[in-house]
Amino acid sequence: MTLELAIQYLMAGITYGSIYAIVAIGFNIIYNTTGIINFAQGEFVMFGGMIAITLLNFMPLPIAIFLAVAITMVIGALIEICFIRWLKSPSVLRMIIITIGISILSREVAVHIWGESIRSLPYFVGNEITSIPILGARISPQVLWVVLVSALMVLCLGIFFKTTSVGREMRACAANRKAATLCGINTQNMVTLSFILSAGIGALAGCVMSPITYSQYDMGTGLAIKGFTVAILGGLGSSGGAVAAGLLLGIIEAFSVSVVPLAFQDAISIAILLAILFVRPQGLFGSKEAAGLKEY
Amino acid sequence: MKKLLSILPLLVVVIGVHLLTSATDTMYYLTQMTMSAYYSLLIIGLCVLMGYAGQISLGHAGFFAIGGYLSAALTTRSLIPYQDTLPVKLLDSAGFLLAGQDIYGDSLLVVTPWAACIIAVVTAALIAVAIGIPVLKLKGHYLAMATLGFGIIVYRVALACEYFGEADGISEVPAFMLFPGLSVSGNFGDRVSNYYIAWGLLLIGMVLLLNLMDSRVGRALRGIHGSEEAADAMGVNTARFKLQTFVLSAVFAAIAGVFLTHYNGGIGPSEAGVMKSVRYVAIVAVGGMANLWGTLLMGIVLNFLSLRGVFGSYDDAVFGLILILIMLFAPNGILSINVRYCLKQLTGRNKQDREGEV
Repeated sequence: MTLELAIQYLMAGITYGSIYAIVAIGFNIIYNTTGIINFAQGEFVMFGGMIAITLLNFMPLPIAIFLAVAITMVIGALIEICFIRWLKSPSVLRMIIITIGISILSREVAVHIWGESIRSLPYFVGNEITSIPILGARISPQVLWVVLVSALMVLCLGIFFKTTSVGREMRACAANRKAATLCGINTQNMVTLSFILSAGIGALAGCVMSPITYSQYDMGTGLAIKGFTVAILGGLGSSGGAVAAGLLLGIIEAFSVSVVPLAFQDAISIAILLAILFVRPQGLFGSKEAAGLKEY
Repeated sequence: MKKLLSILPLLVVVIGVHLLTSATDTMYYLTQMTMSAYYSLLIIGLCVLMGYAGQISLGHAGFFAIGGYLSAALTTRSLIPYQDTLPVKLLDSAGFLLAGQDIYGDSLLVVTPWAACIIAVVTAALIAVAIGIPVLKLKGHYLAMATLGFGIIVYRVALACEYFGEADGISEVPAFMLFPGLSVSGNFGDRVSNYYIAWGLLLIGMVLLLNLMDSRVGRALRGIHGSEEAADAMGVNTARFKLQTFVLSAVFAAIAGVFLTHYNGGIGPSEAGVMKSVRYVAIVAVGGMANLWGTLLMGIVLNFLSLRGVFGSYDDAVFGLILILIMLFAPNGILSINVRYCLKQLTGRNKQDREGEV
């Protein structure tokens, strides 16, 4: 393998890795406030891309993306209000099945609105063949967009959770829901907010990745599995871990293409997921003591 | 014996349906009834795993596909290129090989359906053991994702391997002769006999599971569902019971896969898809989880309606919606809905909290 080829693979890995990381952070936000794994996380990404593509017919790209993210946030809020909010201490099995149902329903809504065709947003800068040379490899400017937007999102989320009062309330809710309620925090609203946030970042990721990876009604399941793998790999609930694990998985996947056929790419990341679950369910970066308190 | 008696009404219904369709000249319904019976065989197996032992599996279509695909591949793919290898020779000396001709007149050497069926089911069981030992240590979301991952791997392998026909699947699967004169096939003339084969198999499975759930094993499983720690403390070997149930349900799924593949004369990758697994889980949920009769009834009704194409292009949407509605409003299954209670709730006379019950 020449150096150029290796860099090419590396860049592809980083692109996909940052998308996985964003989906994983979406999982984490909801998991932190509710203890639920939202199996419909991938559908937020799909909705973001698809809505932006439709809106593009009526308005310029930046506004279309902004509106698409906003609409997906509303969808996220509606899902929480309709299906999650009024259930009092439901069992995990019940929540899993409900979110799976939501994911199927979203996919079916999408297929009846947009059909089965594969669509994509136009490239933000340049077109399909525009490329920037980096160390002998040639990459599309859109790749930089994906990486940049993902990095920005992680940064903004970090600032939001650390410095704003709403962010701190959400963290309090994540640490101990009962105690947060006793301190006068409306935990139910925090849960809704976590759905809105995670729908929003999912939708934004769906928009920036659309020119490269295309959008289709059934892209959600695959993304959800990858995102979950990354969330577990990085330790469920940890954003920093999710970024590191996302990049790791993306790069492993990219390089695996040179060894095994493309058709088995998904199988590899799932095999990694299974291996991690069996050996280190607390994730690569999670601590063993903290893991002892959780149930796997 | 009492269990055998409880099956009797079902037997009467089965024969009744046959007589009714032949009397009203709607025998074509029997085809869907046969297919529903095979799907239901998988579903009652999953019911024991999910409802009684409390372990969710989103990968049961994978076991169905392992059974179906292996049996289809072994009975259609010629072994002539591998004639000199040891496994083929062993099969040959055991009398498990069958020489024949394909549609182009080339000679063909395939495994007999009986042997293929046994190989397929045993393989599925072995895979279930290998997967089950690590997977069943997990709980909740982790278990769901791990089994979902297993299902996707099976789907990907079926889709990527030329041996399994890639996206086309395997067709031209021969009939499965159970005894001389009785074979599983989609031939028009065999419709009635196949209806009884499928329902016979389902009834046997039902009796088996009903007895099992009424025995020490069933009580142990319910204990595990209630609280694994408590069951452990009472001396129940939880790991072993969970694994055995997992393997049992995988075997049910594989048998269903083998028979349905021979009945349909082929199998495609969609049988291994995630949606299929989710659909099975949905039906168990609608049937009331730990309720074999409810699950059986819902399995037959929903599969029959779906196969008849009643839901049209909204097929998957219907199952998704059912899943959500049942889990939101009637987590104990559709048969548990207490109409009078609901009316009271609506009129606001009885404001009790029913949440957190399941």
